[in-house]
Amino acid sequence: MIKIEKLHKSYPIGKDALHVLKGINLHIKEGEFVSIMGSSGSGKSTLLNIVGLLDEHDEGDYFLNGQLIKNLNEKKAAILRNKFLGFVFQSFNLISYKTALENVALPLYYKGMKRKERLIVAMDYLDKVGLKDWANHLPNELSGGQKQRVAIARALVTKPKVVLADEPTGALDSTTSDAVMDLLKDINNEGMTVFVITHEEEIAAQTSRIVRLKDGVIISDELTKVAKAI
Amino acid sequence: MKFLFDSDTWQEIYGSIRKNKIRTLITIIGVLWGIFLLIVLLGAARGMENGFNKLFGNFATNSVFVWTQSTDIPFKGFQKGRRFNLNTNDIKALKSEYSKEIKFLAPRNQTNNLVIHNFKSGNFKVSGDYPVLDKIQKKKLIYGRFLNVNDIISNSKVTAISEDMYKQLFDKDVFPIGEYIKINAINYKVIGIYEPSNTIDIDGDTAYIPFTTFKKVYNKANKIDWMMITAHEGTDITQMEKDILRTLKSLHKVHPDDKRAFGSANLGENIGKITGFLIGMQFLTWFVGLATLIAGVFAIGNILLITVKERTKEIGIRRAIGATPKSIRQQVILESVFLTTIAGMLGVVFGALVLFFIDRALGVGPDAVLINPTVNIPIIMIAFVTLVVLGTLIGIIPAHMATVVKPIEALRE
Repeated sequence: MIKIEKLHKSYPIGKDALHVLKGINLHIKEGEFVSIMGSSGSGKSTLLNIVGLLDEHDEGDYFLNGQLIKNLNEKKAAILRNKFLGFVFQSFNLISYKTALENVALPLYYKGMKRKERLIVAMDYLDKVGLKDWANHLPNELSGGQKQRVAIARALVTKPKVVLADEPTGALDSTTSDAVMDLLKDINNEGMTVFVITHEEEIAAQTSRIVRLKDGVIISDELTKVAKAI
Repeated sequence: MKFLFDSDTWQEIYGSIRKNKIRTLITIIGVLWGIFLLIVLLGAARGMENGFNKLFGNFATNSVFVWTQSTDIPFKGFQKGRRFNLNTNDIKALKSEYSKEIKFLAPRNQTNNLVIHNFKSGNFKVSGDYPVLDKIQKKKLIYGRFLNVNDIISNSKVTAISEDMYKQLFDKDVFPIGEYIKINAINYKVIGIYEPSNTIDIDGDTAYIPFTTFKKVYNKANKIDWMMITAHEGTDITQMEKDILRTLKSLHKVHPDDKRAFGSANLGENIGKITGFLIGMQFLTWFVGLATLIAGVFAIGNILLITVKERTKEIGIRRAIGATPKSIRQQVILESVFLTTIAGMLGVVFGALVLFFIDRALGVGPDAVLINPTVNIPIIMIAFVTLVVLGTLIGIIPAHMATVVKPIEALRE
């Protein structure tokens, strides 16, 4: 599903360049539940942004669903994001003046789905994350856990191949964190590839594969007990 | 273009407008003010023009008055300071020489006399005139008629007097037509009562009698005090005035450079000055109105730019979940066009309302300052289209700004 070879990325800082990713090789198969671990500055967010087509890499090859990602213009990137990828952010990133239902339905709008149809689909997904009764609430009327569940519903609504979660539990307490992780597990069990970035061991332990990053290189890549149990 | 008719597009725009009511309001007021000012100013300028036109309404505006004074330059044996008179031969000469230019020519003789009716009397102007005077200086008759050709031919002793003269000379319940009034010990039959002019009036309260009658009664022979000449439409009135004076100078053996011998007044020239003023005012109006309009449109652009900055993150989110740059651009531009259109329409409505109230307050009655202050529909359409086009153009800047930022940078905000 995701195949990365010798990926390099650096950011220009004044005259110098900050080399963030130094030759990453990573292969994630369809249906995997992978977590990327690393301290801040290790390059994990950069990796996720590149995988999520929000940023471009400098060197190396990146195949998404078998397609080589190179010199994408914004339009193509937008279409690919809409088609293959679902995002879950640490800070939820819901649109504040839209209700939970409208937020979930928004990706379908950009997909070109009719309003009635997409509201029905969005409601289905809200139901899936247990927030059917909150459909018409604005984000600021929801708790952190609820917001993240809305965000997950939004990520899922286009039936993407990969869900990318950037510290999905970073802003949540442990109970709601567990609920969110359970939700991600369920999604994975349904066959979707889930790609989580975290710095919390407990969260990473719930995934089936942990990739550790340090200073822009992968230092370990191993299956967890969860995976071995299966 | 399909996206224009998509209810979802409008849903999105409605959402983002509703999100920030104050911003929307201020934006709308910016443009509204511009088109409002344009309409009110244009309407007021038009009203003022109409007011001036009404003021000159009863008078043929392309008229020249000519009279004689005394010569200033010795010429052909005559000393300077010679006094002379216009005469009926001049009329014939002018009429034949300037047949193409002259529409009406009214020779006039005037004097002041005591006018008596029974035991009432008053001192009024008495004027010997041809019926053509009515063409140059329209008389509104309340009763009866003005002088006609028969009066001239038969030297009849008839007179048309003003309403004020009637009130002064007659008892309240006396119908004046057919009554006789005494001017300079001669009885004249009253044939008409005319309304005082509420516009320009050079005669005032005058008893009009036939030119030929005047000539006999006052022993004028073929002398004329002065004359009024009206030119055909499209004639250069100033040039005609010069030509006529030149002809008259040669007829009366006056030095061509003599500036004092003939007096003349050109109504057209004076009106031209006022018309020039009105045109200047119209130009100013357009300038101020359009400048305000453009300022309003820039305000929209500016506010949209701020909004786009404010919404960088939102735009980042939208792009992360699959919004193409085109769809973002469309949304921002359409928002701009939508706001300018709404503001423009409101501006037109408010402007029209204010013009309506101006008309109510200042446009009624004989002393109206602004008459019928209106703006032509095509002008409104042009202003409106300009507004929408400018709104689109100015929307492109923030729309571009919204898409040049990489989504990842937008999300980081």
